[in-house]
Amino acid sequence: MRPIDHTIRRGQLQDLIFRVLGVSLLLLCLGTLGVLIFNLAHDGLSRLDLKFFSSFASRHADEAGIKAAWVGTALIMLVTALTAIPLGLAAGIYLEEYARKNWFTGLIEINIANLAGVPSIIYGLMALGLLVYKLNFGRSILSGGVTLAFLILPIVIVATREALRSIPQSMREAAYALGATRWQVIRHHLLPYSAGGISTGVIIALGRAIGETAPLITIGALTYIAFLPPAPFSMMDSGHRAGAFSWLMTDFTVLPIQMFNWVSMPGEDFQANAAAAGLVLMLATLGINAVAIGVRYRMRRRIKW
Amino acid sequence: MRNHGIGASFVVAVSALVGLVGVGAPKAAAQDRVIRVDGSSTVFTITQAVAEDFQKSNKGVKVTVGIVGSGGGIAKFLKGEIDIADASRPITQSEADEAKSKGLEFIELPVAFDALTVVINKQNTWAESMTVDELKKLWEPEAEKKITKWSDIRAGWPDTKIQLYGPGTNDGTFFYFTEAVVGTPKSSRSDFTASEDDNTLVRGVAGSKYALGYFGYAYYIAHKDQLKAVAVQWDKNPVTKKPVGPSQEAVENGSYAPLSRPLFIYVNKQAAQSRPEVKAFVDYYLAHAAKLAAEVKYVALPAKAYELLNSRFDKLQTGSVFLGKNTVGMHIEDVLTDEQK
Repeated sequence: MRPIDHTIRRGQLQDLIFRVLGVSLLLLCLGTLGVLIFNLAHDGLSRLDLKFFSSFASRHADEAGIKAAWVGTALIMLVTALTAIPLGLAAGIYLEEYARKNWFTGLIEINIANLAGVPSIIYGLMALGLLVYKLNFGRSILSGGVTLAFLILPIVIVATREALRSIPQSMREAAYALGATRWQVIRHHLLPYSAGGISTGVIIALGRAIGETAPLITIGALTYIAFLPPAPFSMMDSGHRAGAFSWLMTDFTVLPIQMFNWVSMPGEDFQANAAAAGLVLMLATLGINAVAIGVRYRMRRRIKW
Repeated sequence: MRNHGIGASFVVAVSALVGLVGVGAPKAAAQDRVIRVDGSSTVFTITQAVAEDFQKSNKGVKVTVGIVGSGGGIAKFLKGEIDIADASRPITQSEADEAKSKGLEFIELPVAFDALTVVINKQNTWAESMTVDELKKLWEPEAEKKITKWSDIRAGWPDTKIQLYGPGTNDGTFFYFTEAVVGTPKSSRSDFTASEDDNTLVRGVAGSKYALGYFGYAYYIAHKDQLKAVAVQWDKNPVTKKPVGPSQEAVENGSYAPLSRPLFIYVNKQAAQSRPEVKAFVDYYLAHAAKLAAEVKYVALPAKAYELLNSRFDKLQTGSVFLGKNTVGMHIEDVLTDEQK
C-alpha cells in the first residue's frame, strides 16, 4: 500500500465522522422541535377551534380563549415592524454607504453589536421610564410595539449592513461610472439586490419579538382584558367616534403572557389551554420563518451576477 | 455636503414622527369607561372571575386586570394609575405613608381567605402534623445550613436530607407565611428552592419523598392526589389546641390558624366617589365574592363580614385596619368590628 492511500483513507474516515456528527446534531435539533410540537399538539389540539380564537379569557378553562391575546400580538407586531424596519434600514444604509469610517462610526458599530446582546428586560425598564412616563405613551400598544422595535433594531441594522456589504463593489462603481448619484445607486441597485438578505433579517427579528414577554410585562401589559382596541372611526361605548389611531393607545395583552398565566394556574384544566396557545404561537413563528425563506428564495432567483 | 443633507433631513423626519405621535398620546386613557385593576396574582383569579361576570351584566364598562404582584400593584395604585389594587397582604406602613403624603385615600376591603398550605410528599408518613414552633425552627433564618435533615426538626424523624420548596421572595405568600410562622415578614432561610410558579413547587414536592413546601390552598386542592397537607398545631389557636389541616370549614370557623390569610382589594376613594362604574364594580365584587371565591378554590369570608364590608364601603371609610396590627389568628369579623367602635 502506498503512503498516499493512508492519507486518503484517513481523509475519508474524517469525512465520514464529520458527516455522521453533523447529521446526528441536525436530527437532535429537529427531534427536539418535533417532540415539542408533538407535545403541544397532543395536549392542546383538542382546544384549538374557532371558538378558542373568538373568546376572551375566562375562569372556566373550556370557555377561555385567546381573542384579546392574538389581536394584541398582531397589533404589537404591526407597530414593531412599522417602527423597526424604516429606522433599521435607514441606519444600516447610512452606516454602510454614507458614514465615513472614523472613531465615531466605530463607536456606533460597537454599540450596536452590544445592544444586540442586551437582555430584553433591560429594554423593558428603559421603555417604562422613557415611553410610558417621559413621553406619556401610557401602557399601550404603542409603547409595547416601540419597545419591541428597540429590541430588534440592532438585528435589523446588522442584517441590512451585511446584505449591503455582500454586493460586489464593482456594481456600485459601474453605476457611478454611468453617472448615477449616490441615492440612485442605492435606490435602483443596492436596495433591490440586498432586499432578500434584508427581509430575511427583518423577519427573523420579528420572529424573536413575537415571543417576548419580559419587556412587555415590565411596561405593564395586562393579563385579563375582555375587549379589543377600537377599530379606526368605529363608534365607542362612550358615544364618541374612535380616531384613526385610537387603537394605538389602548391596553393590551399578548399570547406569551396569556400562555404564562394559564401555565401557572392551579390544576390541569388550564394546561390544555396553555398548550393550545403555545401551538398558535409556535405556528405563527414558524409561519414567519417560512415567509422569510420564501422571500429569500424568490429574491435570490431574480438576481444573478 | 450631500452626506450632511440626507443625515439631517432624516433626523428631522424621525423627530417629526416622534413628535406627531407624542402629541396625540396623553389623552389616551380618558376615552372610555375602563376600570383598571392590577396587583397580586393570587387575588387575580378572584378579580378576573368578578370582572368576567360584571362585564356580562354591565355592557359598556370595561375592566382590565394585571398581575404585577402585590407590591407592584400598590405602587401603581399610589401613582394613581389604577383604580383598584389586588393584594395578598395588607398595605405596609411605608406604603400607607406614601399614600398620605400624596393625599390619596384608599378603602381597604378583604374579599376572601386563602389557606396557606404546608405540603409533603404522598409517601411521607411521619410529618402529617407539625407544630408552628417546628415550622418556625425549620424556616427561620437561623435554620440556614443547620436544620438540614428531618431528624433536626423532631427526634425520631428520618435522618435524611430535607428538600425545601417555597415561593419567590416578592410573593405575598412568602410575606404572610414568614410573618405568621417566623414572626417577622420576609425573614426566612434562603437555602430553599424558590419559584414564582406554584406548579413548579407542586412538581418538586410531588417528586421527592423527603420534600416539604408551602403555597396557596388552590394549588393543593388541584393536586390533592399527589400531595399531603400538613396539619398545623398552634398553642395560641383560639379554637382548638389540636392539629388542624386546611379545609373550607377549618378556615371559616377560624381553627386553621395561623396560616389562613385574608386577600384584599384596595379601592381608590376618589374613584369610588366620582365614578359610578367603579362603585358598581366594587358593590358587585362584595356581593359575589363569596360564590366566586369558592369557585376558584379560595375560601369565602363569613356572611357577617361581607355585611360589615358593604357598610364600610358605603360609608367610604378609608385607612387600613390590618396595618400595624398583628391580625394573625384573629377572626375577621373581630378585626372589622374592632375598627367600627
